[in-house]
Amino acid sequence: MKRFIFGLLAATVVAAPAFAADIEPALLFDLGGKFDKSFNEASYEGAEKFKKETGTSYREFEISNDAQREQALRKFAEDGNNPIVMAGFNWAATLEKIAPEFPDTKFTLIDAVVEAPNVRSVVFKEGEGSYLVGVLAGQASKSKKVGFVGGMDIPLIRKFACGYVGGAKAAGATEVIQNYTGDTPAAWNDPTKGGEIAKSQIDQGADVVYAAAGGTGVGVMQAAADAGKLGIGVDSNQNGLQPGKILTSMVKRVDVAVYNAFKDAADDKFTAGVNNLGLKEDGVAYAMDDNNKALVTPEMQAAVDKAKADIIAGTISVHDYMSDNACPY
Amino acid sequence: MDVVVQLIDATVRVSVPLLLACLAGLYSERAGIFDIGLEGKMLAGAFAAGTVAALTGSAWIALFAAVGIAVALALVHGFASITNRGNQIVSGVAINFIAAGSTIILGQAWFSQGGRTPSVGGDARFGAIELPGAAALRDVPVLGPIYSEIISGQTLLAYFAFAMVPFTWWVLYRTRFGLRLRAVGENPAAVDTAGISVPWLRYRAVICTGILTGFAGTYLALSQNAGFVKDMTAGRGYIALAALIFAKWKPVPAMWACLLFGFLDAISIRYQGVAFPGIGRVPVQLMQALPYILTVILLAGFIGKAIPPRAGGVPYVKER
Repeated sequence: MKRFIFGLLAATVVAAPAFAADIEPALLFDLGGKFDKSFNEASYEGAEKFKKETGTSYREFEISNDAQREQALRKFAEDGNNPIVMAGFNWAATLEKIAPEFPDTKFTLIDAVVEAPNVRSVVFKEGEGSYLVGVLAGQASKSKKVGFVGGMDIPLIRKFACGYVGGAKAAGATEVIQNYTGDTPAAWNDPTKGGEIAKSQIDQGADVVYAAAGGTGVGVMQAAADAGKLGIGVDSNQNGLQPGKILTSMVKRVDVAVYNAFKDAADDKFTAGVNNLGLKEDGVAYAMDDNNKALVTPEMQAAVDKAKADIIAGTISVHDYMSDNACPY
Repeated sequence: MDVVVQLIDATVRVSVPLLLACLAGLYSERAGIFDIGLEGKMLAGAFAAGTVAALTGSAWIALFAAVGIAVALALVHGFASITNRGNQIVSGVAINFIAAGSTIILGQAWFSQGGRTPSVGGDARFGAIELPGAAALRDVPVLGPIYSEIISGQTLLAYFAFAMVPFTWWVLYRTRFGLRLRAVGENPAAVDTAGISVPWLRYRAVICTGILTGFAGTYLALSQNAGFVKDMTAGRGYIALAALIFAKWKPVPAMWACLLFGFLDAISIRYQGVAFPGIGRVPVQLMQALPYILTVILLAGFIGKAIPPRAGGVPYVKER
């Protein structure tokens, strides 16, 4: 038996160099879970796309609490998984600690920056995408009051809010009501509270509500649809959640980021450093499909296309909340 | 005026699941069975309601399913703590864990949406009910908005929850069952001496608990939301327990306690980031912490000593 195991080990060692391009990718999800119809689901889709195209399967793990982060990441790295992609800014502190311990492992972190020679940090200009959906919201709103429901109250989510306020005000909205669900990670998964916040904003006159709140957003979309108002989805294309009741979704191409991380490692083209993806790089977008076609009029389409062109050309610059923790709009 | 009406309207909506869970706990604890598993029963009920509503499209069948599952779990608790005289806290915690884990696993296995059940609409939900004349009376000063916004436009389950308050009071203080229920929580030996079966009485109490938690779960899944989402009870079962202690195990104070918690919740949602005259902008964090701060202050200073039913948590052993 012992000999057999040694034989196997030897075979693995011998075989490894022969398949240098063979990678063992791994994907770690954040709290909120793989099928949150939002951020984590987008990363899952990217990984699935890679699996389908290359036939290389990947390992994945959904943490159920913060204490599991370090253990899960270290286990994956020790098992020889490479590259390892982490979805969510909450992984940053853990990765800072683990990355130097495994210098040969290629890590990719989405939504936060960790400076290390073996880490690629992918961040998005959510402000730009949010500006565009803000333009649509400001035009679709009849009361000229629009709402914003954030998940956990952190600078990243305020960055969404800031761009949205800028876009909505540019399109004629007079007031943007902003609320956050909570101060703990549980705020990403409380649709009941999200729904209550949306109802409260609708009571105050808002008729378009944008949720940047992970799983909590499902409740926001439901409450907006129940009240006959419009919701705006986030991260994934959520237009299908309440067909005809969701104006658009601010899509963050997390799927592309995950796919590229896997693909680059497979092609041996992995680069470390910060990738900051905005409208220009197609990192963010607003979603249009059959579900919301009727809600977006040609004028709205024209306005949002113009805003998009202006941002890419640099004539409109969307303020980045995280640069100075303030929103000028 | 509008703001006050909207706040109270939100308060009522948020309080309903707390109230149902709180009354559920009241039946059980008044009979001497501590029930920390309200949370789990609510969650299982919500899951059953979401699942059955998605499969059958009928909110009523979903309600029956939710009540059925919650009663089944309540009977497990009863079997452990009444028949087998186990530790009631351990059994309750076990039920919470079973509910939290199994709902996600079953939901994922059946619907593959990460433990979520598909969104339902129309007849599969308990929607808001417009009471007659609500639209006509809207313009009457003071009473108009109160009637049309707060009293009308709630869901059937909300009316049921508030109707349960006087009903529970009546059962507890005006019926023979209620007298015996209270007695078995204070002094089961006396009840036994009078020739009444202590286990049977306690079993009936936990069945009442199951029924009401099933309603609470259904409200969460099919009135406030349109389906089950994992961990959707979000600690409401524990808040209901706090409200029960707060209310000294009495039905009418229980309603006020739940409304108070709901009101604080509604305020924290409504007044986030709003600038008050004279004070200025209040930090969001303070608003969100407000319910907890006030709970501590009220519990510590204002309600006096809360004395639980004397036989609570103690399994009854007949003298040998």
